[in-house]
Amino acid sequence: MNAPRQHIPQLVIALFLALMMGGAIWLKIPLSWVINDALVRLAMNGVLVLSLVPMLNAGIGINFGLPVAVVAGLLGMCLTVNWKMTGLTGFVAAVLMAAVIAVIFGSVFGRILNRVRGREEITATFIGFSFIPLTNFFWATAPFTNPAMLWPIGGKGMRPTIGLKSSFAKILNDFLPLEIGPFVIPCGLLLFFACSCLLVHLFFRSATGKAMQAVGENEGYARLCGIDIDWMRQLATILSTVIGAVGICVYAQSYGFIELYDAPMMLAFPAASALLIGGSIAGRTSVLNVIIGTFLFHTMYILSGPLANDLLVPEMAEIFRLLLTNGVILFAMLHAGGRNGKPCPAM
Amino acid sequence: MESLARRCNPVTLLFAVLSLAALSVSGMRPAFVCNEIITRFIRDGVMVLALIIPVTAGMGLNFAIVVGAICAQVGLVLAVDYQLPGAESLLLIAAVGVTLSVILGYFIGVCLNRARGREMITTILIGFLATSIYQLVFMVGYGTIITPHNTEMMLSRGTGIRNMVDLQHFRNLLDSIWLVHLGEIEIPLFMFLVVCGMAATVKYILHTRLGKHFAAVGFRGDRVELLGLDSSRIRIMAIVLSTVIACLGHIIFIQNIGMLNVYTAHLNTDIFSCAALLAGGATVSEARVRHALIGIVLFHTLFVVSPQAGQNLFGNPALGEYFRSFVAYGTIAVALVCNLQRRGADGILNRQKDRDR
Repeated sequence: MNAPRQHIPQLVIALFLALMMGGAIWLKIPLSWVINDALVRLAMNGVLVLSLVPMLNAGIGINFGLPVAVVAGLLGMCLTVNWKMTGLTGFVAAVLMAAVIAVIFGSVFGRILNRVRGREEITATFIGFSFIPLTNFFWATAPFTNPAMLWPIGGKGMRPTIGLKSSFAKILNDFLPLEIGPFVIPCGLLLFFACSCLLVHLFFRSATGKAMQAVGENEGYARLCGIDIDWMRQLATILSTVIGAVGICVYAQSYGFIELYDAPMMLAFPAASALLIGGSIAGRTSVLNVIIGTFLFHTMYILSGPLANDLLVPEMAEIFRLLLTNGVILFAMLHAGGRNGKPCPAM
Repeated sequence: MESLARRCNPVTLLFAVLSLAALSVSGMRPAFVCNEIITRFIRDGVMVLALIIPVTAGMGLNFAIVVGAICAQVGLVLAVDYQLPGAESLLLIAAVGVTLSVILGYFIGVCLNRARGREMITTILIGFLATSIYQLVFMVGYGTIITPHNTEMMLSRGTGIRNMVDLQHFRNLLDSIWLVHLGEIEIPLFMFLVVCGMAATVKYILHTRLGKHFAAVGFRGDRVELLGLDSSRIRIMAIVLSTVIACLGHIIFIQNIGMLNVYTAHLNTDIFSCAALLAGGATVSEARVRHALIGIVLFHTLFVVSPQAGQNLFGNPALGEYFRSFVAYGTIAVALVCNLQRRGADGILNRQKDRDR
């Protein structure tokens, strides 16, 4: 593997971003708006992107089964809203409950993924996809009682979008905002994101984290070292699921709505794309990749909307984002060269 | 007895039981259900057949048949653009679609040769990417770079094609040939024969020299080079054939529906086709024509009756709808979990171990 080729997506995105920045200045889109939004979106989506790191480092590959984690988070939040917990307590309760549910989901998910060595990505994709209609069933029949979450007519079944204004919307966004002129830096949100990153970073410094990385880099060698590979992989999946569940809580409080039903279906792809833009390669992904990737990807996301509106057809922004999202993942797939391109596990 | 048990695939059995149960709960008229299934058999049959060759060649389920569908839609839009009459336009559509799918199929094959061992996820992403490019061309390119000849199909702002294009010239153009009535049941005999002919063709291809090469590559991709076979080239051939068959299948699908949802008609064709194939008893490493034909009937029976069954059981048609999509995705997930354990990327190793024992 030669190093410069690995950075092609980053270079393309950076160049593209520079072009779009030029366009934004030319169209007189206020810079402060772009930067404020970019910071919010960085932290809002960052935790979801971070959730892919443990599985990637354990050699399981990109977690396209992110919907499983997201559903755990949604379930946690729905329970808190149902019990009418508000404010910071509500958010903390939501995160804790999401984490507990995610541990259960993650251990089952991890066990399944251990059965399908070698093709975890495709299996995870379809477990994620098929989990969504299953939970749709649950949302449509679940015995929740808070009328703010139910259909106004009939009073049965959850609404597709639940407003969080009366519970914990923007609780992190509005925590310790730092205003410098036109710029508003959401310190609370960034602090939360930084803490999560730090925790993951510290985890990979610990003995367990090192063992997990060893499994990802060379399974045969890890086995000779006496590492329980199946348990490490399961642990990585549980960790990924828990972080993903917390990630959707952060996302929802920042967005102000819980989105149920089919909304989480395609969440994995932008997250994966952001991580890959950040320069992650199989077996070695650091927190820095997450931060750089999320920032580049979402700044592009913010800029592409108004630019496409002003210059071309409005629908173009969405198509273009999808094009870039999937293009980057495909590039990474082809670049890694499949299993043959990786250091081969000596069985 | 043992061979009988092996022949009865549990997935197929489950589908049969579920379909029958849903049919009895739904209380729909058997004649109506029968008609629906015949229509869907004709509509989706060829698309499912397109999956068989890549599975034989060891590349797993080819979700990139979406690209074949896109090629067919490009042909259709061009035919509407130049306002050709029925039969001629069908030739144009087929010519444009097949040419495009040969070219694109070649590129998909080249991509998949770079991503050995994770072909399925790569084909999914290729499908997504192709969809984006296709939408970009027809929503933004048409009217700006490409000059349309038929202004009726354009959006009023002058850029981009309408979401829905009416295909009055070839609605049921092929379905109405040799229409046989058996009591209440209508059988478009010609199309029925076309689907069966396509099935026979796929079966024939698998029995030719090339077909044996596919099977050899699928069995031991790493060792066939010792036999003097170029495995990369054979894999590309498999994908090209699959894409071309998918393109033809989608033309049949669209002419049966008679309307073209320009931006969305091709979505989900891959998921439903794969689920149908797996329902028939195929696995991700072995598929036969028989599986495809049984699978379409079983899968679509369940598809036709489940909303009504959901309505009758729970008083909520949406539940039947969720059940439907769960079946589609769940079948693929279950097939992947159950079959890959022995025959995954490590399958070659396992086979070696089995032999050593």
